[in-house]
Amino acid sequence: MTTETTTAPAPARPRRATFGNVVSAEWTKVLTVRSTFWTLLAGIIVTIGLSLLLAWAFTSQYGEMSAADRAEFDPAAYSLAGVNFGMVAFGVLGVLVITGEYATGMIRTSLIAMPRRVEFLAAKALALGAVTLIVGVLVSFASFLPCQLIFKSQKIDASLGDDGVLRAVVGGGLYLALIALLALGIGALLRHTAGSVSVILGVLFVLPIIAQFLPGDWASTVSRFLPSGAGGAVMSVKPAEGVLSPWTGFAVLVLYTVVVLAAALFAIQKRDA
Amino acid sequence: MIHARGLTKHYGPKVAVDHADFTVRPGRVTGFLGPNGAGKSTTMRLILGLDHANEGDVTVNGKHYRQLGAPLCEVGALLEAKAVHGGRSAYNHLLCLAKSNGIPRRRVDEVLGLVGLEKVAKKPSRGFSLGMGQRLGIAGALLGDPGVLMFDEPVNGLDPEGILWIRNLMKKLAAEGRTIFVSSHLMSEMALTADHLVVIGRGRILAETSTREFIAANATSHVKVRSPQLGELGSLLSRHGWRVELEGDQSLRVFGARTAEIGDTAADHGLRLHELSPVQPSLEEAFMRLTGDAVEYHAGIPGNGTGTAAGERPEAPAAVGPPPPGSRPPEGMPSESRDGQRGGDWS
Repeated sequence: MTTETTTAPAPARPRRATFGNVVSAEWTKVLTVRSTFWTLLAGIIVTIGLSLLLAWAFTSQYGEMSAADRAEFDPAAYSLAGVNFGMVAFGVLGVLVITGEYATGMIRTSLIAMPRRVEFLAAKALALGAVTLIVGVLVSFASFLPCQLIFKSQKIDASLGDDGVLRAVVGGGLYLALIALLALGIGALLRHTAGSVSVILGVLFVLPIIAQFLPGDWASTVSRFLPSGAGGAVMSVKPAEGVLSPWTGFAVLVLYTVVVLAAALFAIQKRDA
Repeated sequence: MIHARGLTKHYGPKVAVDHADFTVRPGRVTGFLGPNGAGKSTTMRLILGLDHANEGDVTVNGKHYRQLGAPLCEVGALLEAKAVHGGRSAYNHLLCLAKSNGIPRRRVDEVLGLVGLEKVAKKPSRGFSLGMGQRLGIAGALLGDPGVLMFDEPVNGLDPEGILWIRNLMKKLAAEGRTIFVSSHLMSEMALTADHLVVIGRGRILAETSTREFIAANATSHVKVRSPQLGELGSLLSRHGWRVELEGDQSLRVFGARTAEIGDTAADHGLRLHELSPVQPSLEEAFMRLTGDAVEYHAGIPGNGTGTAAGERPEAPAAVGPPPPGSRPPEGMPSESRDGQRGGDWS
């Protein structure tokens, strides 16, 4: 501590913080808290672990399966099955990135530093999207490749060169990143960690169950357009009955995410911090 | 320079800030004084664009806060302590703020040195004491070397050394030509730090003046006199046209007279004096007098006169001096009028 403080007061500076500055700040924010590390680690372990487990279980029963079951087998989708559980961790990360600021009071410091709130939240989404996309794609490959080695024992493995396989594996990473962004939007709207995590879990896991109980055609129609059902289509090479085509389904999930983020941008602009 | 015009904020039916007009000028420390709940923090949040005003507006350097290109380079603010993510280290916290405004990384090390947090810079801030949290907040405020600085209750939770440090820091920053706006409910602190005052009560600006003028206008100096012949002395001084009040049953307060005049008068009449001391008016007294009507939450201590409903002013400090301009005279207070009409127990 010293009484030497600062230089003379700065004259009004014409300089303006760029959007790049804001993105860089948000990127640093995401990477400088431990919760990011732990949630992503959990996501990686769950995704790869469950995929390997399912691949092993399937391969060991392959001998007793009927021809019809064998024909339905999709080596890409089965090797990415863990994504459907690992996405919880990505969703939690998406929520924490914004509700962590509200819970600690950091949001006020952030908005004093960057009062252009649309830029602030957009930069946050971009930083979160980049982090989760990189980790998501890596975990997707790390899930796919060892599973194919397991499938190879029954000569049912796929390779990245096969039709649609590369799209499915990269799609796994895109899907995880979008879940994180959807969760960010929910977190920004609710501003509360527990509530937002409950909502994202409800959307991903409870809604599909409820949809199953709908009468007649409604069950499959609604399931198909739910975020998880629609977005998950991008990870399959042999589309199952009643599922949207890969990119159409993915586009539906993008649409949900854009709508929720747009609502969040509107809300953060209007509300008192 | 901070300039507010008709600034108004409602939270539901409650008016937090009520048509506030004030200007905070550079080169001096302006104190923002008011009781708890008077609207100080809300006003600061409105200045910083955290909350939206319902009416009126407020500008910093002629612009709304949200229009500032690199806000940290123009305005530094310390709001409540620890508006930080506790899991992030002090260094990384400041680095995030610096990056958002394009401030170079070396400035982070500089401000950490300024506030004396270099040694704990790599530690998560959740382990910080309140004082360290305040220092981190101040480091963030100084990051962009801004010309306008706002501190909301900066000495809260600080040890004496920290208080002295903040006080000197604010004076130094003001001397460099910066605009310093500091809120407090601690009058003794304000009296030592602030050159100028904006006084707020129940969301309304009650006064905007220099600290010295504020005290002069709202509190008066008097002479404290003790004597074993208190009754006689009181009557005598009243007859000389000085206003006399009984303070407890031990001493008198005499207004409008110099110590020499009182001493000579007493000597002329053979009255003994045990004490004769001039009492300077305090900011506290002036403040209580002015905001007695405007205190949001009274302590509610029965019997001491301060726990009564708003509208009655607190007894002890308000019992002296003339009523503030524009307010009704206090009722039920012991006083001797200037024309020598006698009262009290010494007649």
